[in-house]
Amino acid sequence: MTRVTFLIPAALQPLTEGRSRLHVDVPRGAPSLGEALDALWALYPGVRDRVLTEQGDVRPHVNVFVGTESSRWSGGLATPVPDGAEISILPAVSGGRRDT
Amino acid sequence: MVTTRAITVKGGDVVLLVGTLKGAFLLRAPATRATWEVGGPYLAGRAVYALAHDGRAGRARIWASAASMHWGAVLVSTDDWGRTWTDPQEANVKFPVESGLALKQIWQITPGRAAEPDTLYCGVEPAALFRSTDGGRTWNALSGLLDHPHRPRWTPGGGGLCLHTIVLDPVRASRIWVGVSTGGVYRTDDGGRTWKARNVGIRAEFLPEKYPEFGQCVHKVVHHAERPATLFLQNHWGLYRSDDAGDSWQDVAHGVPSDFGFPMAIHPREPDTVYVLPLESDTFRCPPGAKLRVYRTRNGGRSWQPQSRGLPQQGAYETILRDAMATDTLDPVGVYFATRNGKLFASRDGGSSWRLAVEGLPPVVCVRAVVVDRASRQR
Repeated sequence: MTRVTFLIPAALQPLTEGRSRLHVDVPRGAPSLGEALDALWALYPGVRDRVLTEQGDVRPHVNVFVGTESSRWSGGLATPVPDGAEISILPAVSGGRRDT
Repeated sequence: MVTTRAITVKGGDVVLLVGTLKGAFLLRAPATRATWEVGGPYLAGRAVYALAHDGRAGRARIWASAASMHWGAVLVSTDDWGRTWTDPQEANVKFPVESGLALKQIWQITPGRAAEPDTLYCGVEPAALFRSTDGGRTWNALSGLLDHPHRPRWTPGGGGLCLHTIVLDPVRASRIWVGVSTGGVYRTDDGGRTWKARNVGIRAEFLPEKYPEFGQCVHKVVHHAERPATLFLQNHWGLYRSDDAGDSWQDVAHGVPSDFGFPMAIHPREPDTVYVLPLESDTFRCPPGAKLRVYRTRNGGRSWQPQSRGLPQQGAYETILRDAMATDTLDPVGVYFATRNGKLFASRDGGSSWRLAVEGLPPVVCVRAVVVDRASRQR
């Protein structure tokens, strides 16, 4: 079991009951980012289609960070997630809202 | 925080559905169409490339494609003229995983025929046609087009590889035409199972073979419900007419200053009256001479006459995109178009005279006109 914290941007909080921080238990040790996200979708399924395309890829203008490292440069959805990690889902700078 | 202005719609009103790159607007006028009240922005911050009104089976429903650069595109709807919108948790238009494709944009929404009130179609990018038979709750890509042998050789136009035009035959329920940029016109006669390219006579200026089987960059196709086998087509260079359901096309660019343009609209009662908005070229997409003129034919394309009264005749560096022109169903007919510079022009005499109805909108990509049923009440 690994416990992670997801930081949810304002645009997606209507899909997470208005919550900006979500503590999620991932049912295995040393999970990948993809497995941690699966645990998030299990609780809040609406978030999945906003973050991933139907092919399971992170959308091109969405960034997912494990700690302060963008998963784009650390192995994508295979990025290892340590216990206690903070995972931030953020819209890329290609757009931008002050409240995200 | 974006403030949205609501409108109250009454039976007999005309409502323009206006999609922009930053949300949707509803413009309401009484039947005189003298003054326009602006509601919106709805879906603020999202690009609304497609809007459609569904008045079948007693509905007063507006469908919109709402696309976020970040979070993807979904179809949403309102039954109360924009006061509340559906917000689907799961994306409702998705390619099957085995296709290897991912939705980029929803370009067109077309309610099905009156006899099939729970059927809707949408055209998307990458080019595909989706159909819903349960009132828009679930959508499936039509495999005949998804798996078409031409697909690997379709190439994206300037707007992307999109299926942007859907024309339903009101008589032959199994016949549909679609427009793909750049693939050309395709027609099914078996309800979507098989599709044939229907581009004979349409020129592809940008290819070494000028009249290929497919690969043309069609911009818009219209027809009249009373004469469905006669089609008019605005091409990426070229104005065409077909009298055999698209089996062959004839050039009808007689008297227009340029046969390049995007939108095309047809009169609701006169099958030979068609409107286009010529642009200088595919590299300078502004009206020739910076004079904004609608060209109208009343004889099915044998001749086109410029309509400029009330439109700016100097310095009009405006671009009008493929879905940004529409007609209403009143008599005399209202004709409307809007520009990437956020100006909406309206005619209430069939296109003979115009005035600037609204300006200051975000870049407009879609205009649709609805005459509200007299029995309708604001819900």
